[in-house]
Amino acid sequence: MSDKKPPDISLEALRDGNRDEFARLVDAYSGAIYRLAMKVLGDDQDAEDVLQNTFLNAFKHISGFEERASLSTWLYRIAANEALMLIRKRRPETTLTDTATEDDEGKDYSPVQFVDWCCLPEDELLSTESKRYLDKAIHRLPEKLRIVFILRDLEGLSIEETSQALELSQTAVKTRLLRARLNLREQLSSYYGERLQDRSKVK
Amino acid sequence: MTAHHECKPLLESLSDYVDGTLDEALCTEIQRHMADCQDCRIVVDTLRKTVHIYHATAEEPEAVPANVRARLFRSLNLEDYLKPQE
Repeated sequence: MSDKKPPDISLEALRDGNRDEFARLVDAYSGAIYRLAMKVLGDDQDAEDVLQNTFLNAFKHISGFEERASLSTWLYRIAANEALMLIRKRRPETTLTDTATEDDEGKDYSPVQFVDWCCLPEDELLSTESKRYLDKAIHRLPEKLRIVFILRDLEGLSIEETSQALELSQTAVKTRLLRARLNLREQLSSYYGERLQDRSKVK
Repeated sequence: MTAHHECKPLLESLSDYVDGTLDEALCTEIQRHMADCQDCRIVVDTLRKTVHIYHATAEEPEAVPANVRARLFRSLNLEDYLKPQE
């Protein structure tokens, strides 16, 4: 959403409690927030809960919005917090070992797969089946990497905006982004590597 | 990539490299290294492709299903704004 022209929403009107403006805000940003929630949580009902809570919170706290970040980044921040809270709530059985895995610190990210699948045609890379795998691969990322990847590479936020939305340093955002991308590259190398083999068998 | 000891430090710069935000000196270093290291070349190409593919999937329109939008407006007490778009 950040690379498109931001809709002309009046902050002053929002702060005055203008309902027309709130309705416009909801229509301008609900699509992006819903998609973010779907990508992070992978569940319709959870995504809808996050969508509703994001705007309820935004309405409640608009007077506290300080314009250090853009309105869209501020909404992403609320949505990201809501989504992460929901993930934690849904996983009460989390053990210490799980937490360590979630942090994913110290894990070796050195590439292990060296299959060159770049030559596969675009319609195969982006077939319906491939897209399903692409979504699945995102869900296999630890949540801390997943949220950074979604904001930066799917929603198109800059490194700075992502760091504002997640209240993380830019260095931390960059590190997590790199790990997320390398992790996805490994997963896609397995998947597209197989497609590549299938194609050579057919020929 | 695993066999060459100089590959690992370059790994840290790869995100910036594929985003085109890496400084020139490091870019040149990566390019020089890739010329001799096929594994690294594949990693860089497939990493760039990975990012490209996900960007392509994100270009699809962001639409909230009509029933989800209706429930959202109701939860915000904005149901009187639903009609014009339905």
